[in-house]
Amino acid sequence: MSVSTNTDGLPRWATLALLPAINLGAALVVSSLVILAIGQDPVSALAFMVKGAVGTGTGLSYTLYYATSLIFTGLAVAVANHTGLFNIGGEGQAYIGGLGTGLVCLALTGWPWYAVLPVAVLAGALFGAVWGLIPGYLQAYRGSHIVITTIMFNFLASALMVYLLGGPLLEHGQMAPESREFAESTFLPGVKEIAAALGYRTSTLPLNLSLVVALLCAVGVWFFIWHTRWGFQMRTVGANDAAARYAGINARTTIVVAMALSGALAGLVGINELQGVQHRVTLNFQAGMGFTGIAVALMGRGHPVGIVLSSLLFGALYQGGAELSFEYNEISPRLVVVIQGVVILFSGALEHMFRPALVRLLKPKAPAGAGQRA
Amino acid sequence: MSKAIRAALVAAALLSCALTAPTRGAEAAFFPGVVFDYGGKYDKSFNEGVLTGIERFHRETGITYKALEISNDVQREQYLRRLAEHGADIILAVGFSQAPAVAKVAKEFPEIKFTLIDGVVNLPNVQSILFSEQEGSYLVGMLAALSSKTNTVGFVGGMDIPLIRRFECGYEQGVKAVAPDDHILVNMVGTTPAAWSDPTRGGELAKSQFDRGVDVVFAAAGQSGMGVLQAAKDADRLAIGVDSNQNHLFPGHVLTSMVKRVDVAAYNAIKAAQDGTWQAGVRTLGLKEEGVGWALDANNAKLVTPEMKAALDAASAEIQAGTRKVANYDETNGCKY
Repeated sequence: MSVSTNTDGLPRWATLALLPAINLGAALVVSSLVILAIGQDPVSALAFMVKGAVGTGTGLSYTLYYATSLIFTGLAVAVANHTGLFNIGGEGQAYIGGLGTGLVCLALTGWPWYAVLPVAVLAGALFGAVWGLIPGYLQAYRGSHIVITTIMFNFLASALMVYLLGGPLLEHGQMAPESREFAESTFLPGVKEIAAALGYRTSTLPLNLSLVVALLCAVGVWFFIWHTRWGFQMRTVGANDAAARYAGINARTTIVVAMALSGALAGLVGINELQGVQHRVTLNFQAGMGFTGIAVALMGRGHPVGIVLSSLLFGALYQGGAELSFEYNEISPRLVVVIQGVVILFSGALEHMFRPALVRLLKPKAPAGAGQRA
Repeated sequence: MSKAIRAALVAAALLSCALTAPTRGAEAAFFPGVVFDYGGKYDKSFNEGVLTGIERFHRETGITYKALEISNDVQREQYLRRLAEHGADIILAVGFSQAPAVAKVAKEFPEIKFTLIDGVVNLPNVQSILFSEQEGSYLVGMLAALSSKTNTVGFVGGMDIPLIRRFECGYEQGVKAVAPDDHILVNMVGTTPAAWSDPTRGGELAKSQFDRGVDVVFAAAGQSGMGVLQAAKDADRLAIGVDSNQNHLFPGHVLTSMVKRVDVAAYNAIKAAQDGTWQAGVRTLGLKEEGVGWALDANNAKLVTPEMKAALDAASAEIQAGTRKVANYDETNGCKY
């Protein structure tokens, strides 16, 4: 996610807007070929996807709901990345963070949601932070590679949650490994409740107030990374930890703090998924959001604005895909994963494929003496 | 190149024939919908059983249906609601995990019929279908003990959840009923839903059980069970299949299968909704209702002696008559019997 250092003279607007647009376009072309290959009309299928994702109020609400979780995990991955750490444990941190949120919601029966929310946010962040902090500590003080430890912590989180949901948290006589439902007063207001308060009627939709929390987090991360001493230290360690140490920065503490912060952000997924929608602690509620967060952070180039935008894109892909498989029996839900994969491939892994060509097109005419033919 | 395109076109054509076309804007025609659980409709096990049932209905009546597969938790509710808004006459929800979603959506659409398979929701427009897995597992446990020469039998479960513990507990009771001193080795493939689709790990667990003396192993592990069956064939031991009749997979090495007639349940629910005989409420399908059972066919006829069959039939009759009790893990809160 290296914040691209512009040495090839490509204008900033092209880097930020044109290049991602071209990448996305290329991804859509390849996806169309795949849809064509299974005998469907790609134009109408993709149009249906777009319409399903943003064309209706219901669709948009689902898109924003998915985007909310992705903003949390995308920010989490980005914060670690600025410190030079590849945190692929967002999945586990989100899972454990959700446990914190869930326990608070289960315990604070009878409290109104606005009183529960801050406690739930703190608990989710704290639980997630602990799950990120341990791999961070092992990296900083024991040299265990963060990629390995965070992967392992994903499995640990999963095992722990299965144990808790299959035993201590399981409501007796209930088949599904889930906790009991939270008290209704603790539910985070969703679109339906908010609309009802304003005098409108909608059907039940998953979008809820946690989107506001996510956007606040995005602003907070922007401020923290670029406008505080801690953020500066993290970016310095990320750029060159030897130089950072030479400059008197405690790289170890910085790594631990970065991982704790990263875990805390991922840990807030539970606010959206559990307090907002499921209203109980369920198995695998994070459903891959932690992993998709990596793609979101890559595509958003580590900047909160980019992350919010790419979260919207991925949210739209999730929701558009759901609509697609509802309408087309012939299109398997797996195809949606293919489309998402192609988008990630073009905008993440191959992000610079079109760059040289674009540079040649857009670079201001070389000044005299550039040593080339006119 | 053109060959490849032609092949792709043929494949696409076959695919579109194999799958039913959606009826868009279905008028007043009868229109069933189904939402599958994780694993998808071709899981060779539980979900596919439901698909078999609906396909049978489709073949007999020519009525098309809408089948949806989820990729995350929220989609359960989303798809159930979309089907309801589309005016589905009956909506089948497959799997216990869908219970909360069914409860929510069924409340919003009180005029639409919901059938939940493997879970319970108490609402006037929801039919809940449960299976007494412990009864079927009890019988195959007896058969395992009767067939074992090493007096050690194994159990490989999928994901470690109460449902699978119920299989295990029934199996254990069956084994102990025949041979109280037999050893039972129990392993679970995993603790995440991925445990349903990991045949490699299933096979490894079976092999390690074989190394410890097991000669009959019961696989209640969805797709992971395929690895167990394969391992039994490779090691020349016996395995017991689950959900569907899997006797034909490795003839001579699959002792029997603990069948769970999800297909019949799904078919009956839709058929009843069409006939107008559909009723809400909880239905438990056990040996008596032929909701569970053990499979005996040409593929395993040689493995089951007449004495074994007689013992199982006698036990089955006693269970059906209520004179032989099989403890249910969920009710006893642990395997107590």
